[in-house]
Amino acid sequence: MTVRRRQALAGLAFAAPFLIGFGIFIAYPVAASGFYSFTDFNLFQAPDFVGVDNYTRMAGDERFWIALTNTLLLTVTGVPLSIVIAMAGAHLLNLPVRGQPLFRALVYLPSIVPVVVGGYLWRWMLNTEYGFINHFLSLVGIDGPGWLVEPEWTKPAIVLMSLWTVGGTMIIYLAALKDVPRDLYEAAAIDGANWWTRFRHITWPTLSPVTLFQVIVNLIAYLQIFTQPYLLAQTRLNNVGAGPGQSMLTYAMYLFQNAFSFLKMGYASAMAWVLFLITLAITIVILVSSRRWVHDGSR
Amino acid sequence: MALADQIVRRRRAPRWVRGWRIIPVIGLVLVFSFPFFVMLSTAFKETGDIFSAPPTLLPTTWTLDNFVAAFDQIPFWRYLANTLFVSGLSVLGTILSCPLVAYALAKIRWPGARPLLMIVLLTMMLPPQVTMIPIFLIWNGLGAVGTYLPLVVPAFLGTPFLIFMIRQFLVSVPGELIEAARIDGASEFRTYWSIVLPIARPAIVTAAVFQFVWSWTDFLNPLIYLGNPEQYTLSIGLYAFFGENDVAWGPLMAACVLFTLPALFLFLLGQRFFIGGISTGALK
Repeated sequence: MTVRRRQALAGLAFAAPFLIGFGIFIAYPVAASGFYSFTDFNLFQAPDFVGVDNYTRMAGDERFWIALTNTLLLTVTGVPLSIVIAMAGAHLLNLPVRGQPLFRALVYLPSIVPVVVGGYLWRWMLNTEYGFINHFLSLVGIDGPGWLVEPEWTKPAIVLMSLWTVGGTMIIYLAALKDVPRDLYEAAAIDGANWWTRFRHITWPTLSPVTLFQVIVNLIAYLQIFTQPYLLAQTRLNNVGAGPGQSMLTYAMYLFQNAFSFLKMGYASAMAWVLFLITLAITIVILVSSRRWVHDGSR
Repeated sequence: MALADQIVRRRRAPRWVRGWRIIPVIGLVLVFSFPFFVMLSTAFKETGDIFSAPPTLLPTTWTLDNFVAAFDQIPFWRYLANTLFVSGLSVLGTILSCPLVAYALAKIRWPGARPLLMIVLLTMMLPPQVTMIPIFLIWNGLGAVGTYLPLVVPAFLGTPFLIFMIRQFLVSVPGELIEAARIDGASEFRTYWSIVLPIARPAIVTAAVFQFVWSWTDFLNPLIYLGNPEQYTLSIGLYAFFGENDVAWGPLMAACVLFTLPALFLFLLGQRFFIGGISTGALK
């Protein structure tokens, strides 16, 4: 047996777990999901081919549009806020103070808390009467809203809870900040540049590739947001509540409901593909626009 | 450069200003830590304290009643054992499978390495909603819905993100030891077992911690696959504290504290590795 042949066999053997896993849990499901999306399928009968019916039905499905609108609203507020807070927080953590590793760990801690714990904890803190959030608001003279009972306040509640776990993005920014060339700051300081000019012309461009990546990662996460609104709106363990006035019904929640509550597996599969296409379209727009604002180091 | 250094040094803030810098940092940390404080404090409060408006920071009387009630109202230890079982097996699966695949991607020269790496990366980008329904149907067809298999088996077949993380680590390790072993005629598996695995230990530990935290905190999969309350993990078991009209906030928060502690403990132990791992995926 030649060395090359031996190496190829070894490669195959070592990669075997993933090759099998990819086949069973990725490749086949992707193909099957594509097929189901063109069928009427309720789990108890064989899938019945219905052409593009599932896709055209979405256009006239009022709850589909509510779910999509809710999700897009969460995305356009949540993503920019995550980026700004993560970047600002990373700057604070990067200040030369003692105990930095400890502070860094503490800010990341919410991200490893079971999401269920986070959900119920925020439900408690956002409680209109007994919660700390409204208590703090009252200290500065604001009469806090009924976060989880008034339809117009549930989305801020979801974003607030999600921002608590922004530590991962913050840590990535912190690591990136350490790579910003120091001599640039020194040169800028000699030229008398103030902090804003330094940020605008040194920090921001250097961080821009990381920002691009984080915008996309956060965007994908927000478009798929499920557990946080599910927990805040939960009224029964297994059933998707939608919150007051369906204000918390997100795309992924409605998809889940169609699949596992209504057993409309075909319609839910079609929704999954539409979500994938929406994600892809927005990602492409961002990637194309990034040529204008991402500094790739070679220019 | 020396001149620049001098100028920069002269422009540096005086010592007392530098000392004050810690205030915004502490502020940031307090904001992120405050919910933990609320969780702990509520867990030790008496019912009267819990339902007081405005809320008090600390319990006026400290009590362990909520913990007792938590064990009373739900089969807490049973759920904890279930959660530990699922997480433990998933970690075992990850340790067995991910380094193998990572090694094939990083250190074996074969024509499949490059395309497979692309597949691993593409897989990370696929929305789980697309595959969720067919995967459910597979398990349903196998009669495995209502068992732990759907929660555990995937880990034994490798998780793309963790494979990628270990692969990145292996690529950065010089290949001389591995080459030497090969020249000495060691089999590929022997080389892997006695040289690669020990070298990759930091990356494998990180992957194990990631997998543990994911399985420990997972909500969606237990929700989809577990039907019998006997089998519940803590993630879905905690809902029992929600009654028809009211919520047992004290016992719920006590259970939340206990549910959070293991993940917290593990994270603090492997903190350095873990935070390094997060940046690996994003920066390199």
